[in-house]
Amino acid sequence: MAVKGLDIFKLTPKTNCKECGFPTCMAFSMKAATGGVPIEKCPYISEESKELLSEATAPPMKSIKVGAGETEKTLGGETVLFRHEKTLVNKNLFAVELSDAMSDADVDAACAKLQKVNYERIGEMMAVEVVAVRFASDAAKFAALVKKVAECGKIPMIVTVDAEVAKAAVAGAGAGAIIMGATKDNAAAMVEVAKAADAVLGVSADSIEALHDLVEEIEKLGYKKLVLNVGETSIKEAYANAVDIRTAAIKGNDRSFGYPSVVFANKLAAGNTNLQIALASAFVLRYGSIIVMEEMDFNAALPLFGLRQNIFTDPQKPMRVEPKVYEFNKPTGKDPVLVTVDFALSYFVVAGEIERSKVPAYLAIPDAGGYSVLTAWAAGKFGSTVIANFIKEADVASLTTSRKLILPGKVAVLQGDLAELLPEWEVIVGPNEAMQLPKFLRDMQA
Amino acid sequence: MPYKKAEQKFSGKINVCEIGVGDAAISIGGENSLPFLGTEGFKTAVGIAISDVTDEWSDCFGTIYGDDLKNPAALAKAAVEKSGADFLLIKLESADPNGADNSVDNCVATAVAVEAAINVPLVVEGCKNAEKDAKLLEKVAQALEGKNVVLFSAVEDNYKTIGAAGGMAYGQKVSAESAVDINLAKQLNILLTQLGVKSKDIIMDVGTAAAGYGFEYVASTMDRIRLAALGQNDEALQMPIITNVSNEAWGVKEAVSTLEDAPEWGDQEARGIGMEVTTASACVVGGSNAIIVRHPESAKAIKSLVAGIIG
Ligand code: B12
Ligand code: SF4
Repeated sequence: MAVKGLDIFKLTPKTNCKECGFPTCMAFSMKAATGGVPIEKCPYISEESKELLSEATAPPMKSIKVGAGETEKTLGGETVLFRHEKTLVNKNLFAVELSDAMSDADVDAACAKLQKVNYERIGEMMAVEVVAVRFASDAAKFAALVKKVAECGKIPMIVTVDAEVAKAAVAGAGAGAIIMGATKDNAAAMVEVAKAADAVLGVSADSIEALHDLVEEIEKLGYKKLVLNVGETSIKEAYANAVDIRTAAIKGNDRSFGYPSVVFANKLAAGNTNLQIALASAFVLRYGSIIVMEEMDFNAALPLFGLRQNIFTDPQKPMRVEPKVYEFNKPTGKDPVLVTVDFALSYFVVAGEIERSKVPAYLAIPDAGGYSVLTAWAAGKFGSTVIANFIKEADVASLTTSRKLILPGKVAVLQGDLAELLPEWEVIVGPNEAMQLPKFLRDMQA
Repeated sequence: MPYKKAEQKFSGKINVCEIGVGDAAISIGGENSLPFLGTEGFKTAVGIAISDVTDEWSDCFGTIYGDDLKNPAALAKAAVEKSGADFLLIKLESADPNGADNSVDNCVATAVAVEAAINVPLVVEGCKNAEKDAKLLEKVAQALEGKNVVLFSAVEDNYKTIGAAGGMAYGQKVSAESAVDINLAKQLNILLTQLGVKSKDIIMDVGTAAAGYGFEYVASTMDRIRLAALGQNDEALQMPIITNVSNEAWGVKEAVSTLEDAPEWGDQEARGIGMEVTTASACVVGGSNAIIVRHPESAKAIKSLVAGIIG
């Protein structure tokens, strides 16, 4: 946000003392507004005013760090509402919720699941990052559970409106924990607890207007490491709030709403896993920063983590892999050659399946513009000539004595042309989907 | 300072399109804001998809539908009943010249039988072979004249036949299919209107991909189309959007791998539904006015989502 020279001028003593090196306060102010000279050059502008100014020149949405060390993540910091305008920079986090009301066995089962749903997808680890622990009745058990969560490598979110309970729990929560948190009734006490622990404070209120007032009150108390609860009682309100809060921050330049959000999908659709998945998906696109679920099994994780990985990517350039010949399962110079494109997603899917097949093989990847198989084919970047030239230039024939060349099933039409261009090779049409590769490769080996 | 809503003012409006007839008719579109942020006229319709070839469908559908799986009319009735969907899509996959190559007449008979078996609006999908679909959807349009069905879909290579027959001669609705690209979507809409199809009779199928499989392009294409239609009042993009996520969602590894293939992933049916619900929900908030799924539980989840957001 641009600050006007006049706004800065109002903060100077207007004495034209020249200590800043400018002839007048006005000249200094105009220059400072363009960033040409730091505000600090005028010794007479109060600390308070400087803070106000740096506030006004700050980005519309704060970047809030949660967790610490290996678990540290950044939330917020977005400058646009839609990803085609500019890359969305900080992906949302997923959370599941536990409580001190759960039996030890249930807690152990939930923790085991958290350890299990933890896998790699296109070079990125997929796992629940945050665990919300909701206070029911037993403060000691609650604090122990929070500690356990932190020790498991998850970012704890301490859910209670009781400042004393929060204070006890946050002590064992490690740095960067989230306290969820502040309401109009406990704001001052919660700010004290959060400040002392340097924790992120969640703010909840009954309406968006009340939430705004409460954030302002907390900011006045001097705390700005906040996340905002979009509401737990109605889907309609939660969705509208998430959109309105982000829109106010980005378009309305409303700094009090320039904070990440928290969505309790588990509360909005209690007991309904499919509706929670639907909600989580909607909030990945529309401004949820931490999305809390009752649990995260593979049926929810696989699609939701995949969606998140898609949305938080650079809209200008697809993720690519280097065009070259890759080796799988230790080939020994007599194994078949598969062909695919240099789109990272296609590579990742195919590579995973070849590994799963345990059949030694080579994977030849020409420069296909970073597109998927059919997109590249439709764009003229993955035709028979492109493939044939690559096979020759990379001298694939010297890598293996096998002359089997396996095409993706989706470009079966290339078989004839390619066979003509590569007469020494037997051009084989593979299955349409990579997941059919293990069986296909094993059958071929037999 | 008290909270003041940052209003996004839009000058454009999405067309209202009615599909089906009589008591069963529904209308889609009509919003003058981004999805769910306005006050009038917007409720995403949820459709359930069936096909005349279900051999490759996951086992869970055999459990749900039993023998009806092999009989499109019975399947249609069961699908609507079990899902509570607002409309039904029948894919005439058997027509595919590279597959069963069923005759146009046989497929038209299937579409007619399906229409008679249900009391919700019908969307008829071809086999995705442009040439065959031109012949097939033309005959479907004729046979179902007066039923106000959606012909799914016209593409660049066959829009003339499908547009002229469907949208003009027999008064059906035409879905215009493009490949995840705002300019292609716009171009096909313009071609169809130049041909003489009224823009209120056109619905857009702007393409889709399963969550995790290039969905970012789908999300951004929908955002851009909606911003152009509403913000810049671009009439060539003000048609409602229809999206069938069923084939994509049930085609990826996450949904297709059996428990045997991937024991650590757990129940296969739940994974398929998860994939479908995630993809469909993302399309719904992106601006799809009619969303089509395969599993009855997916349809229920999306209906709850829409009902919840509308409140
Ligand atoms: C996202 C997308 C795009 C993105 C590009 C994304 C990218 N980086 O590739 C954009 C928007 C840029 C795009 C552009 C175009 N697209 Co496009 N696009 C898609 C979309 C929606 C998803 C593609 C995707 O990411 N798939 C996921 C990857 C993993 O799939 P894959 O590479 O095929 O890999 C799978 C299999 O092939 C197999 N496999 C892969 N390698 C191998 C190897 C072996 C040996 C084996 C056995 C198997 C195997 O395993 C994978 C998983 O099973 C599809 C439609 C769809 N839903 O699929 C259309 C689609 C591919 N696009 C299409 C078209 C026509 C185009 C354009 C030409 C449109 C145009 N006229 O401008 C352009 C071309 C690009 C250009 N600018 O010139 C058409 C192709 C039609 C056809 N049959 O030829 C499709 C099918 C849409 C449609 N229904 O019409 N597209
Ligand atoms: S130092 Fe401050 S008070 Fe002195 S001239 Fe510069 S701006 Fe004015």
